[in-house]
Amino acid sequence: MNSLRKTDLIMLVFGVALFIVLQGLITGRILNSFWQLNLIILCINIILSVSLNLINGYTGQFSLGHAGFMAIGAYVSVVLTTNFHWPFLIALLAGGAGAGFLGFLIGLPTLRLYGDYLAIATLGLGEIIRITIMNIEYVGGAAGFMNIPHNTTFTWAFFLMLATLFIIKNFVNSTHGRACIAIRENEIAAEAMGINTTKYKVMAFTIGAGFAGVAGGLFAHCFYIINPTSFTFMQSFNYLIMVVLGGLGSITGSIAGAFAVTFVSAGLASWPEFRMIIYALMLILLMFYRPQGLFGYIEITDFKIFSRFRGGRKS
Amino acid sequence: MTQLLKAEGVSKSFGGLKAVSDFDFYIDNGSLVGLIGPNGAGKTTAFNLITGVYQPTKGNIEFDSNSIVGLKPYQITQRGIARTFQNIRLFSELSVLDNVKIAYHSHVKYGLVEAVLRLGRYFGEEKRVEERSMELLRIFKLDDKAQEIAKNLPYGAQRRLEIARALAAQPKLLLLDEPAAGMNPQETQELMEMIRWIRKEFGLTILLIEHDMSLVMGICERIYVLEYGIIIANGTPGEIKKNPEVIRAYLGGEA
Repeated sequence: MNSLRKTDLIMLVFGVALFIVLQGLITGRILNSFWQLNLIILCINIILSVSLNLINGYTGQFSLGHAGFMAIGAYVSVVLTTNFHWPFLIALLAGGAGAGFLGFLIGLPTLRLYGDYLAIATLGLGEIIRITIMNIEYVGGAAGFMNIPHNTTFTWAFFLMLATLFIIKNFVNSTHGRACIAIRENEIAAEAMGINTTKYKVMAFTIGAGFAGVAGGLFAHCFYIINPTSFTFMQSFNYLIMVVLGGLGSITGSIAGAFAVTFVSAGLASWPEFRMIIYALMLILLMFYRPQGLFGYIEITDFKIFSRFRGGRKS
Repeated sequence: MTQLLKAEGVSKSFGGLKAVSDFDFYIDNGSLVGLIGPNGAGKTTAFNLITGVYQPTKGNIEFDSNSIVGLKPYQITQRGIARTFQNIRLFSELSVLDNVKIAYHSHVKYGLVEAVLRLGRYFGEEKRVEERSMELLRIFKLDDKAQEIAKNLPYGAQRRLEIARALAAQPKLLLLDEPAAGMNPQETQELMEMIRWIRKEFGLTILLIEHDMSLVMGICERIYVLEYGIIIANGTPGEIKKNPEVIRAYLGGEA
């Protein structure tokens, strides 16, 4: 059997084992409902940070509109489950598709911009999405959308997170992912090597937005009510912090970043005013001692323990 | 002999500045042609016109008997023109091997779904790309550095890697923009051998810009001389050396 497939299998077995342990802790009531909710939020944050990393880290297009796409996915899926009684999974995927489609439409014109200009444009677009939702009476406007079925369980969140990791990891390790990375490294050279840079920038943006939509759907079904204030640009910054903390261009890093931010935030639930101070300190220390992020470009599967399973490949 | 590349009356102006004017130019299939001229003569502009980075203000460029005017750079690469850059543009944070693998992009035969689910041709194609990339690296004596980060290579090795990467795109026509810039005489000598060898081995047509006259005169079969955007001479190295216009352009004065 192929060595890469073996690594996949090991990761899958590890993932399922982790799930069994955590689910055991939940059913055994060792984790109270606060920590249960935080585990679900962690899974959602991992989906968001990994999908943002595809845009910001791998393709090098600085986007600050992730919360906007999350909002699209959230609202599309809650309308479908609450008003039309669609099955949960189909509604989530529809939310993801809606966010992805919007990402595609927005990506076509905005990805002509570079660096800071793109960041400002996506920041603005995220806000436009939020304010538009706030003014649509059908979804409750500023008061929020109510009576959402409480569908998101730890099982849903965990396995959708695994699926996201699997898909994005495979994407970046293919010729398509290499095309995106080439754009980050040197756009002119990438184009000269036969890569359609516009196509791949828009593709990365669409896929990233789509997964943000799925995460938004999961997030919305955690609570009985959602409202537009959950999707401000401060949320986009939160996901950006996770990505930068873990390392732009490392999936393992994004998981670690999501883990750190989620639990610092949960641990400080009683002192919310300290959160931003701690985030700021974390980032300052990071920039001093490890500017490439906790993991840089390195993945957990690059470590020696995995090369043992990998046959002849040097690393 | 058939003409692989033909430019007719190509001009490029930037505002009031005519960078290249009425450029008539052809390259025979399988030949090795040089493009020389003083600084600012428009050599790199000519390269950028051929590779689609700039669009000509006027005139037509044909490659393999089809017009390539209006195509994007990546489309031109896919049709069979690859290039290197005067100021090296490697994917500097990536490994040497990944630099070459990326250039195989247009020749990888699996789709997005196959890539994401790792089905069908994915593993076979990835293996093929890796093997062929390693082969290219061996030719350029970079195989022992395959896992090194490209920016950590010595200068000469970076130049070689750029040529290896361009070859991975499997071109018919290879454009080399000052391949010997910054090399010492010994490295230049090795580069000459290398260019001769890859041309034979890969059946390539090569167009190169170079300031190192020993290299240009040593390997080119035909040379174009450009001055102020105008071609002032065209011929074999022997003819170019004796051409009074060329001597005037390089040495100045009334020759």
